[in-house]
Amino acid sequence: MPKRFISIWFRYLRTDWFTRRQPELATIPFVLSAPDHGRMIVTAANTLAQLQGIDIGMAVADARAIIPSLQVLDDKPELSNKLLTGIAAWCIRFTPVVAVDSPDGLLLDVTGCAHLWKGEAAYIAAINKRFENFGYAVSIAMADTIGTAWAIARYGQSAFIIESGKQMSALLPLPPLSLRIEGAIAERLEKLGLRQISNFISMPRPSLRRRFGNELLQQLDKALGYEEETIISLLPIEPYYERLPCLELIVTATGIEIALQRLLHTLCRRLQQEEKGLRGAIFKCYRIDGKIEKIEIGTNRPTSNTKHLFKLFEIKIDSIEPALGIELFTLDALKVEELCIIQEKLWKNHDGLDNINLSELLDRIAGKIGTSNIHRYVPDEHYWPERSFKAALSINEPLQTTWKIDRPRPLQLLSKPEAIEVTAPIPDYPPMNFRYKGKLHKIIKADGPERIEQEWWLQEGQHRDYYAVEDEEGHRYWLFRSGHYDAAKSYQWFIHGFFA
Amino acid sequence: MMTSKADIIARLQKEILPLQGFKTILKNANDDVGIGKMKNAFPNATFPLGAVHEFLSTSSEDAAATNGFVSGILSSLIKKGGACIWIGSSRTIFPPALKSFGIAPDKIIFIDLKKEKEMLWAMEEALKCEGIAAVIGEIKELSFTDSRRLQLAVEQSQVTGFVLRNNPRSINTTACITRWKITSVPSELSNEMPGVGFPRWNVDLLKVRNGKPGNWQIEWVSGKFKHILPISLVIPVQQKKTG
Repeated sequence: MPKRFISIWFRYLRTDWFTRRQPELATIPFVLSAPDHGRMIVTAANTLAQLQGIDIGMAVADARAIIPSLQVLDDKPELSNKLLTGIAAWCIRFTPVVAVDSPDGLLLDVTGCAHLWKGEAAYIAAINKRFENFGYAVSIAMADTIGTAWAIARYGQSAFIIESGKQMSALLPLPPLSLRIEGAIAERLEKLGLRQISNFISMPRPSLRRRFGNELLQQLDKALGYEEETIISLLPIEPYYERLPCLELIVTATGIEIALQRLLHTLCRRLQQEEKGLRGAIFKCYRIDGKIEKIEIGTNRPTSNTKHLFKLFEIKIDSIEPALGIELFTLDALKVEELCIIQEKLWKNHDGLDNINLSELLDRIAGKIGTSNIHRYVPDEHYWPERSFKAALSINEPLQTTWKIDRPRPLQLLSKPEAIEVTAPIPDYPPMNFRYKGKLHKIIKADGPERIEQEWWLQEGQHRDYYAVEDEEGHRYWLFRSGHYDAAKSYQWFIHGFFA
Repeated sequence: MMTSKADIIARLQKEILPLQGFKTILKNANDDVGIGKMKNAFPNATFPLGAVHEFLSTSSEDAAATNGFVSGILSSLIKKGGACIWIGSSRTIFPPALKSFGIAPDKIIFIDLKKEKEMLWAMEEALKCEGIAAVIGEIKELSFTDSRRLQLAVEQSQVTGFVLRNNPRSINTTACITRWKITSVPSELSNEMPGVGFPRWNVDLLKVRNGKPGNWQIEWVSGKFKHILPISLVIPVQQKKTG
């Protein structure tokens, strides 16, 4: 189910609150003021005052010049936060996950809530009506991402409900400020005539990053839903934590195993009910002498499989020293994620990297030996052989580019090219023979050269001229000469790999 | 009379196979790893999947040749969508080059371990894991007990295992179903063209359980094994120039 968020914007939060307390203020223009550098500055103005041209940040004396009968009230610091927290607590009736969005808004995670009000339009109308009755002017928008909901609530023109997946088209006509970026960046965009998101959204990302910094791209990704953003709920989610005190002290491995199994059982049952899975957990044993023994595990994908988790812990149980005895066990899920609902039957025979057996196996290996030893490689856009691939960050990281096979590449590559002695005829001809590890290889066949230049923006140095050669025994090697032929003999020959 | 005799022998041989502990592993007889007539060396003329194969090599060059041959077999195993685990002490494989052997290098998970013991443990765990296409272990020393553990793991899960032994201290008996030795052979291009040709190997099947050991010369051409006639080992004296 796609996530749905609501952003509520209070246009006149503080003035509306004053009006609620003193109804007679509703019909007259008034402002709130606070001292700043020895002057009184307008910090908030109600609708009537703003209509007559009073802006926030104006000196009170100037405002009085515009409207002589202007009512000026003292602003209360920290008022908006207090108000928003109160309103957010009240909003729990609409959804359990509400967050304060300082200084003048609220964020609601309404995934799976709207149908209780018979649809999203009715849901928003209901919220709107309640706030109107209270006397708060609000602007409410709903979208798949926090960023888009925020932007539409503040800068949107007509449609305030953005359908699932339509963030892009909704954002296009909005000004760059709607991306929650700093004023300075927005100003720079404005200077270049980029007044709408549609003006720059299709520009190449590297140039946007160079000119406007990473923040712009990050906020854009967040608004479009490419980067996940979470909200900190007012009501904290109950931690995934289980404890098991023991009447008698536990000193045996069997006892620890039973305790662990029981804790896992209760924790996993809760996770299953909430359709969640854990990615990391820590098991702590509180010893009677005050020391805490702990073991930690991590998994490749969210799981709530008791058996698998127990296996991961089992490898490490040996490291627990019970000493005089353990009186309390706790199990804490450090990282919990949504579990994709899996139909076990269908997935059982699923091959490839999505295989559950495979990820469980990798968890076990990682648990025993460490994640740093497990690699998966994806192609990278470089010709330099050592940089033509990179370690993938996760088991299901998609490929950004394709593997290149247009040039011959050796199946085995030495981690570091090794220097060799070579007899070569004239420039650009392959060598006649070479000496590697004390053995002389006579070259019978050769291909090349293939020149690979240094990527000067990454590394300084000589280019390489690669030759694929075969010696009289049929062994195939990948050799290269680093640098040009010259009288000073600054070049050097290397062996870099073996062909199959 | 003669034909009926041959029939009887063939039938008897088929009956003997299960008695010798050979289990028909493949439900699908179409599973072919593309090794051509080489498969006649194996019982029932099918390359045994769900078993552990042992490969010997004595130098880095031969290790590369072995990697090439194994990659060739792997490409047809992985085609069905499985993933593959490659366990070694330090990765020497150049992932982009696997692509020319028909393997998506991103489908392979490399596990680099320092200790032999850890490697064996990881290999056994991996072989127990159903749904993996193949597990390759660059394990130098493999004792008989270790090999039997691997073979037992494989019998449950039907995963194919390849143990690549480069420069082992001693060539001991193992419980692996086959023992191979792959060495490079000079390549040849058609019409005496200059340059390095397709990878060419001399394949020695030293041991095979319930089968006939043999020797072949093969070439890896455009994603397939191709049998070639044993070439004369005359070395051309003149070096061929390239463009």
